[in-house]
Amino acid sequence: MSIVNPGFFGRRRGPSDRIPPGQYATEEFPVLSAGPTPNIHLDRWAFTITTEAGVEHTWSWDELQALPHETPTVDIHCVTTWSKLDTSWEGVSLDVLLEDVETAADYALVHSYGGYTTNLPLDDLLEGQAWVVFGYEGGPLAPEHGGPARLLVPHLYFWKSAKWVRGIQLLLQDEPGFWETLGYHEYGDPWREQRYAGD
Amino acid sequence: MTTQHEYVDGNRLAGPLADVFAVDITAASTSCIGCGRRSVVAQLHVYVVGEGYVARCPGCQDPVLRYARTSTGGVLDLRGTLSLQVPLPG
Repeated sequence: MSIVNPGFFGRRRGPSDRIPPGQYATEEFPVLSAGPTPNIHLDRWAFTITTEAGVEHTWSWDELQALPHETPTVDIHCVTTWSKLDTSWEGVSLDVLLEDVETAADYALVHSYGGYTTNLPLDDLLEGQAWVVFGYEGGPLAPEHGGPARLLVPHLYFWKSAKWVRGIQLLLQDEPGFWETLGYHEYGDPWREQRYAGD
Repeated sequence: MTTQHEYVDGNRLAGPLADVFAVDITAASTSCIGCGRRSVVAQLHVYVVGEGYVARCPGCQDPVLRYARTSTGGVLDLRGTLSLQVPLPG
């Protein structure tokens, strides 16, 4: 009998182990939006990180495309209880975008075209946990799924992965976003079922 | 492809907002803080995201009324509304 726990070798979890509590797996990719899909022209698209000191770091579409691309395959979990496994994306890591940004901020408020916002700790955007993605399953990201570009933060409920992202505001103090001001959880960890404030 | 992203009219709010209001709120009129347009609640463009409802002005698309049913109760946000005029029996 082995004295080494199989988990020690990084045993990959089976599909049922990858569905957080209260979620079900779907092959579909449901479209859920809190407003109309904005019409965004790539020649006018920009992504801006604004520090707590007001310093702006802006990338045009072409400048974003020139950065190193990554192709993460991740599981995503929507607060409306569906989960989708092994979704494939293409985008730029937030580690790259934040690399030359000088900040003492602990929090981020994400802004989208159309007015949507969502908040999360800055640490959750770092160390390979978040991307600005523009590709999905080998093609361009469709507008109804957040194209031309959306945030991807798969370890949190999917409302944190803002569609139609246009920037990130770095803050010294946390500021709740669109759903968070309506009683949704500040952090939104699907494995702790943090759907609503107080969960 | 689903059509869940398309809005429905404000009559969709009758059920969820019956949790909060003692009157049928879909017959009330609102004025949008963004553009000032006055609309009957039933005319608003409502986006349904699970248990979250975002009712937008048919004119400028700003959120006029938002409602969510959370694990502890209902949360109503009227910050996009200048006033809410409710018909009452005389």
